[in-house]
Amino acid sequence: MGDASRERVGRLVDVEQGIVSREIFVNDEIYRQELERIFARAWLFLGHESQIPRPGDYFVSSMGEESVILCRDRAGRIHVFLNSCRHRGMKVCRYDEGNTVEFMCPYHGWSYGTDGALVGVPFARDAYGNDLDRARWGLIEVPRLESYKGTIWATWDPAAPAFLDYLGGYKLYLDLLLDAWDGREGGTEVIGGTHKWLMPCNWKFPAENFSGDRYHGVSHRSVDMVGLGPSGKGRRDTQERNESRWLDVSFPDLGHSMIAFLRAHDAPIAPAYQDAPVVAEYFRQCEEERRRRRGAEWRLFGGPGTVFPNASPLARQPRTLAVWHPRGPHQTEAWRWYLVDADAPAEVKDFLRHYYIRYSGPSGLTEQDDMENWNYAHAASRGTIARQHPYNYEMGLGRATGAFEDHGLALPGMISDVTGSASESNQRGFYTRWRQLMGARSWAELAAP
Amino acid sequence: MTEGSPELARLLLKHTVEEFLYREAELLDERRYEEWLDLFTEDVHYWMPMRRNVPRDEPEREFTRPGVDVNWFDEGKDTLTRRVRQILTGVHWAEEPPSRICHLVANVQVLRASPAGPAPAEVEVKSRFIVYRNRVETETDFLVGKREDLLRRVGGDWRIARRKIVLDQNVLLAKNLTVFF
Repeated sequence: MGDASRERVGRLVDVEQGIVSREIFVNDEIYRQELERIFARAWLFLGHESQIPRPGDYFVSSMGEESVILCRDRAGRIHVFLNSCRHRGMKVCRYDEGNTVEFMCPYHGWSYGTDGALVGVPFARDAYGNDLDRARWGLIEVPRLESYKGTIWATWDPAAPAFLDYLGGYKLYLDLLLDAWDGREGGTEVIGGTHKWLMPCNWKFPAENFSGDRYHGVSHRSVDMVGLGPSGKGRRDTQERNESRWLDVSFPDLGHSMIAFLRAHDAPIAPAYQDAPVVAEYFRQCEEERRRRRGAEWRLFGGPGTVFPNASPLARQPRTLAVWHPRGPHQTEAWRWYLVDADAPAEVKDFLRHYYIRYSGPSGLTEQDDMENWNYAHAASRGTIARQHPYNYEMGLGRATGAFEDHGLALPGMISDVTGSASESNQRGFYTRWRQLMGARSWAELAAP
Repeated sequence: MTEGSPELARLLLKHTVEEFLYREAELLDERRYEEWLDLFTEDVHYWMPMRRNVPRDEPEREFTRPGVDVNWFDEGKDTLTRRVRQILTGVHWAEEPPSRICHLVANVQVLRASPAGPAPAEVEVKSRFIVYRNRVETETDFLVGKREDLLRRVGGDWRIARRKIVLDQNVLLAKNLTVFF
């Protein structure tokens, strides 16, 4: 266990005191270690089943810095391959998405089936004799893949825990994003088109912001003044939040977290989506149905969160899933998918689509300001002097409980009731897990007591 | 070419269209956003699709679709107006301090005019743009692409009734799109 890097990250990340060094955001060596110890090891989000419904469908995604192909083979089975020819490394697919019978490398012409098998080698007999063992030279495939309620996740580490164990108690909160609005399990699909954009900041800025930053209202003051929400005001419908307990939910030993809300035990359904009567009525009916199906659990609804390390659900308004792909210590490529209930009426989907676009991403009124802040927070943290002074994460230290209960409803996770306020409990949880992974050489070492 | 000839009418039409587009660029670069908004009809559709890498023989999948997919922009005057009001709050940090923005409009082509004749009520215009944004100290974006506009004559002047903006990028290289096109 005497890993020098463990001692080092322990010095850099002191979550017990709420102190995190700027080094972990700007240091080249730490970044390289993150690629190995976090991104080559953790479960990462890749895409949605509704993007590859038919045999031969593919969607090119990313794990860490590396391009991967998410593909449904001719037999209907889902695979994830490293997008790199086994012969000399050329990308075998430079399209974003589509349908194909094979991936042919444009360099020397090796070609691979949708199941990854090496099926074509130019001049195979003359150049290799019969000595090339094609079975050994198929596309490099992730050893572990999981499709969970339509979302596809994978890890490069065969020793990683099973996906549901990796999620642990966080499953309840991720389901707030992925289950149908009326309480049925699953049933979401993504709208066509994936936002992709570059941000000049370390990947942890957006990851920790989504993990639980209720504190950055000043970032978005201009949106609150102008109003873009689904009832014409603010950023979103606020009545249901205002009538709820605000819960910062963190799983420090897993790294996942969410900003969640718990309605009063006797709360009525709050009006929402008032800009469009048809949409408002749809959601009201869904809420009634959800309450009937889920009972007391209906009271819980979600906001932003992060599945460690870099997949960030936004469970409700807007309803999205973002991934923060690392692109060097000083750059992040953000991708975002937008979710709706697959069986929602067309008018509801269209209303939500408009709301999502005007809220989210580089053209969204809200997130434009996030990018400005992450950009210059990062830039101003790179200097010789700046790096000597850590960030402060003290807010709400020691307030979280692992035994949260409200009118008979117990909720999993370390939970801080921050109603009307904020905490940095979730960010501390995120960096607790970051410290664990960065300080351990293997999943086995992580699991050791 | 004589006065009243079709050639002269076409030249004059192209000239008025170009003057209009240059005036629009001037308003944006001078940060006169509310006057800029007045150049749009109430029913304007302002659309910037995303562009996918797709095989050459599947061009129909290259652009995300208006009204169906997620786009960079797919909106009407109400949302455009909110974007302007947001900038004018003075606390929209992505544009505070204000960026230095320069719009270059070129390759103006009048593709269609209707009804035919010297005074069409609507024209379809294609142009190229370079939008240069420089902000704070050294941050710089070059946003280059094409626009396809439907201009409608309202009270003796042109108004923009439809604008398609084709940005020639796949992954957006700018951290945000707080500029107008």
